[in-house]
Amino acid sequence: MMQLAFFVFAAITVVGAFYLLFTKNILYAAFSLLLTLLGIAGLFVFAGADFLAVSQIMIYVGGILILLIFGIMLTNNKNFQRTNLQPNKIEVENHNRFWAFLIAVLLFLGFLKIIFKANFHIIGKQTHNGSSIHQIGINLMTDYIFVFEVIGVFLLAALIGAVYIAKKEKV
Amino acid sequence: MIAIQNYLVISALLFSIGLAVVVTKRNAILILMGIELMLNAVNLNMVAFSQYDPNRLQGQMFALFIMVIAAAEVTVALAIILKIYDYFKNIDLDEINSLKK
Repeated sequence: MMQLAFFVFAAITVVGAFYLLFTKNILYAAFSLLLTLLGIAGLFVFAGADFLAVSQIMIYVGGILILLIFGIMLTNNKNFQRTNLQPNKIEVENHNRFWAFLIAVLLFLGFLKIIFKANFHIIGKQTHNGSSIHQIGINLMTDYIFVFEVIGVFLLAALIGAVYIAKKEKV
Repeated sequence: MIAIQNYLVISALLFSIGLAVVVTKRNAILILMGIELMLNAVNLNMVAFSQYDPNRLQGQMFALFIMVIAAAEVTVALAIILKIYDYFKNIDLDEINSLKK
């Protein structure tokens, strides 16, 4: 049963990613990315990372994907929209397809070779002990306190930088 | 219990697809999506290995920080893309070819 659910989530993830690769419509690509991110959140749950699954949904789906869709809508070509019969169909073209697919497939085969050659038997048995949120909280306030503070400052800097870059300049 | 090879294969597949998206697409926003896909693939790897380390959870901590970095990266990149659109009226990467006129 658990295997079946795992493979359902894996299929959702992979199908979303392939659709993102092969579709031409940018808005459909954004929605397929939504599918992929939700599938990955499901896979996180199977790996015992419940806190990360929820933050994946909140940060990626609730934040990053909405930003990307805003970006798509704000950078729409108005002339194209006026002259086209289907104004909401924003298409994108591909370039150097052959080499990119060749490189991607070769990279995937290389990864597969490494994964199946590696010897993972030294890793001990997984021990499920409920939620991981307690341990994450302790970690954030002890071992990773410096990184935690730095990342707070980093987020503030990114926020200010993004606002400064995106503001309209009066020419 | 799920064998770790399943996670690794899915993650490798996602990373390769992300790379193909980044290299082939001509729209800057789609390239950002490809980068998100690759970051997610790495996160999946981290979390998959972290389940064998339940007392310290180093992989999950790392994945958490990667998520924050990804959020910061995508906001700044979208701000730059909006500026590029203001200037060129286009975000097709094959046609953006001058730094300053």
